[in-house]
Amino acid sequence: MMFAPAPYLLKDVSVSKVMTQVCLALLPGIAAYVWLIGPAILIQLLLASLTALLAEGLMLRLQGKPLGLFLADGSAIVTAWLIALAFPPLAPWWLIVTGTAFAIVVAKQLYGGLGQNPFNPAMIAFAVCIVAFPALMSQWPPAGLDASFIEQCKVIFGFSPRLDALSGATPLDAMKTGLKLAEGTSSVSHLMANSEIYGQLAGRGWEWVATGYLIGGLWMWHRKLISWHVPTAFIGAILAISGALWVYDPSQFASPIFHLLSGGSMLGAFFIATDPVSGCTTPRGKLIFAAGAGLLAYIIRVFGGYPDGVAFAVLLLNLCAPVIDLLTQPAIFGMKDKS
Amino acid sequence: MLMNLFKFKGGVKPPTNKTQSLTLPIAQAPLPSRLIVPLHQSIGGMPQPVVQAGDKVLKGQLIGEADGWISSAVHAPTSGTVLEVAMHVQPHPSGLDAMCVVIEPDGKDEWITRETLDYKALKPEEVRERLQQAGVVGLGGAVFPTHGKLTASKTVEMEEMVINGAECEPFITCDDLLMRERAEEVVRGIGIFRDLLQPKKVLIGIEDNKPEAAAAMRAAVDALGESFLVVPVPTLYPAGGAKQLIRVLTGKEVPASKRSTDLGVQCFNVATAYTAWRAIAHGEPVVSRLVTLTGNVGEPRNYEVLIGTPMDELLALAGPKPDTDGIVMGGPMMGFMVPNGSAPVVKATNCLIAHSTKLFPPKAPEMPCIRCGSCAEACPHELQPFEMYWFSRAKNFGKTQEYHIFDCIECGCCSFVCPSRIPLVQYFRFAKSEIWAREREKKAADTAKTRFEFKQLREEREKAEKAEKLAKAAAAQAAKKAAEAAAAAAVSAESAGTEQAASVASTEAPTQTVAVDAEKEAKKAAIAAAMARAKAQREAVQPKNTEALTAAQQHAIDDIESRRSVLAPESQDAAAPGSEKAE
Ligand code: SF4
Ligand code: SF4
Repeated sequence: MMFAPAPYLLKDVSVSKVMTQVCLALLPGIAAYVWLIGPAILIQLLLASLTALLAEGLMLRLQGKPLGLFLADGSAIVTAWLIALAFPPLAPWWLIVTGTAFAIVVAKQLYGGLGQNPFNPAMIAFAVCIVAFPALMSQWPPAGLDASFIEQCKVIFGFSPRLDALSGATPLDAMKTGLKLAEGTSSVSHLMANSEIYGQLAGRGWEWVATGYLIGGLWMWHRKLISWHVPTAFIGAILAISGALWVYDPSQFASPIFHLLSGGSMLGAFFIATDPVSGCTTPRGKLIFAAGAGLLAYIIRVFGGYPDGVAFAVLLLNLCAPVIDLLTQPAIFGMKDKS
Repeated sequence: MLMNLFKFKGGVKPPTNKTQSLTLPIAQAPLPSRLIVPLHQSIGGMPQPVVQAGDKVLKGQLIGEADGWISSAVHAPTSGTVLEVAMHVQPHPSGLDAMCVVIEPDGKDEWITRETLDYKALKPEEVRERLQQAGVVGLGGAVFPTHGKLTASKTVEMEEMVINGAECEPFITCDDLLMRERAEEVVRGIGIFRDLLQPKKVLIGIEDNKPEAAAAMRAAVDALGESFLVVPVPTLYPAGGAKQLIRVLTGKEVPASKRSTDLGVQCFNVATAYTAWRAIAHGEPVVSRLVTLTGNVGEPRNYEVLIGTPMDELLALAGPKPDTDGIVMGGPMMGFMVPNGSAPVVKATNCLIAHSTKLFPPKAPEMPCIRCGSCAEACPHELQPFEMYWFSRAKNFGKTQEYHIFDCIECGCCSFVCPSRIPLVQYFRFAKSEIWAREREKKAADTAKTRFEFKQLREEREKAEKAEKLAKAAAAQAAKKAAEAAAAAAVSAESAGTEQAASVASTEAPTQTVAVDAEKEAKKAAIAAAMARAKAQREAVQPKNTEALTAAQQHAIDDIESRRSVLAPESQDAAAPGSEKAE
């Protein structure tokens, strides 16, 4: 105590404050979700949170780390929420529990816990589950779902048979299969005319969820929780490639707006690619990382075998992050002319 | 006066906490019961004491003589008696003791005779000499001997002189009040520096939260008819770091590997300029300085304090509250807890903050780094603190150097913003001290190695010399033997009266022929001996399997060699006729 080192004044910040603000920033998106599909998503958020805390507590106990300190940091909750928001909202309860537990135990704690994981744990959960349960992971309820909260709960907890009426493909997936099946005879505008699925701009209703994430993301930027680099580069890359292909053939490639407002684009741009632990840290590194992730996400969702590509894109870039960081070290004070 | 200001990256805005100690003017601190004056109060050589226990001293009398060019003299802060010259605890984070002169004041505060001088009549060297003798050092906290910074570079033109009145650390207000109350003398002091360095421009940087100080300085500059620019700089910690202030005022970035003079800039603190003026114009060495007393105290205020005043005695003036549990010297960002309240005020002491856990709550527990990058964003030297932290922790010191750990100025911005509450600066200090320790060890090892190699070299040379001596002895012996042999041959030739001898030297007397022959033989032997010597020399420097010869063995070999060298001419003689035959 006597020799506590400077600085004696400290900014009023902490990891748990940072994480709490991230959760707050997710709220507009979650609200849009609830309005769009119903409160089932809240059940999933709760399930994921409980699982994450339990798994984290167990692992901390095993490692003999202080439980209270680390559980209160909020990082497990953020992971849990991202998983709940990335999974189909009516997915069976065990799917989200398995995914979350895997994310916390394997992708986070086995690598050393907070700050040590090389991959984004939420995206690991998504990738593992979509590989293991592809059918369950691609069934999304249509927007404006006409099912009561009770009915939705029944589906989630397996008391009611999975209703085909309650699930389908995401607009992204529908677009891809629609274009593929038609083998060039159908066009984007033709498909988009089906407003049951596509709404005004992108997926019906999904555009509002995406807008919710955008609002939360901008707030985080305003609060300096994230810098502009990652969202700008991520969105910019998607805009660039989707724009180029759309100009090239608007009948076979959907508009940039469609791509930005569907699927995981906005969640990815503001909440996933911005994960500092598994991403890049240098300013130029962040730009490269996010642009690469955006590009890959587009390529996978349009040309690849999965309905959306954000998870795989981010994971692949996580792999490159250390090298990118190493190669993009900024020049330091007084040494700019040298490099 | 409009001026283009530059920005430095990073920086933080801690609450300034300056108003508390600004309400009252500077007060004179009373004479303490004892003064403990450390001899080493500047960077550089350790001044030697020139007084001893029992000596009577006057205020301003020299008590420690500068040791070398980068060193600065130390003086008695008041008149009195030297009680002892002894080790005493220092205001230093290490808590180590150092040699001090302890003086008991006589209460008269009687000055030595002070010489008032017009420095313009002095040569530049004389001014520098006087500054050194008066103990003028950087009072911003770095305590670099000022005279050492007052020689203009011969190769780089001095463009700007930057005067640091920024005072960016929270809580500290001593420079602010100095500028408000004694602006004229500060400006006159700057004039001395300007005359010595001849810069094209003089820029006085003052953070824009001190408008009164800036106004006072501006008025003083105008009144004295100087052309110095008083520039308000944005309030942002650490704008008062010399390198940051230089950046803000001139746009130049001084890296750790360079001196600012290499870029044509030099920076001085306002308080340093003030003491320089007092020293030159009034003959007053640095025996006191302004100290801000603040923090957990009833009456925060600035005092003019004699160097050597025990800190707890001084702090008592401001009425520390009962829950005070320590004294921080310096500001809350870069200061440190003094190991002991009896540590004396030194030339680097600009502020004492009474510490309490209410004022500075204990840090939250350290969490793992989440690589949020806040530290890198806050770092004014644009370093990557979390990478340096990671490698310091892993004791991978080479890597910390690759991430430029020695460019870290330990400003504390990174620690200030880290949400994981990692004491980053502490890790960097640890890494730096480890690297220094290792360098020292390596240097020691290197010296030992050179010493060892030199010893080896010497031994080999001695061995070679010995071999040469032996070879010489052998050659002499060989020459003697050859001479004897030649004599014997001459005798036999004479008795036989052969035609050969006659034909060889028909006109010469036979004895003469013999003599010539003997001479020849001796020459040959000498050549053989020289060859043996050269061989011995060559062998002495080349590693070889016959290296570990005993003296006896060596002797035997030399004997053989000399015998051979004797035989050689004979066999040549014997072979010559044969070859003739063959033709
Ligand atoms: S501010 Fe702290 S937690 Fe964030 S990157 Fe730096 S060291 Fe890590
Ligand atoms: S203490 Fe060093 S690393 Fe930290 S902000 Fe200051 S200069 Fe940068």
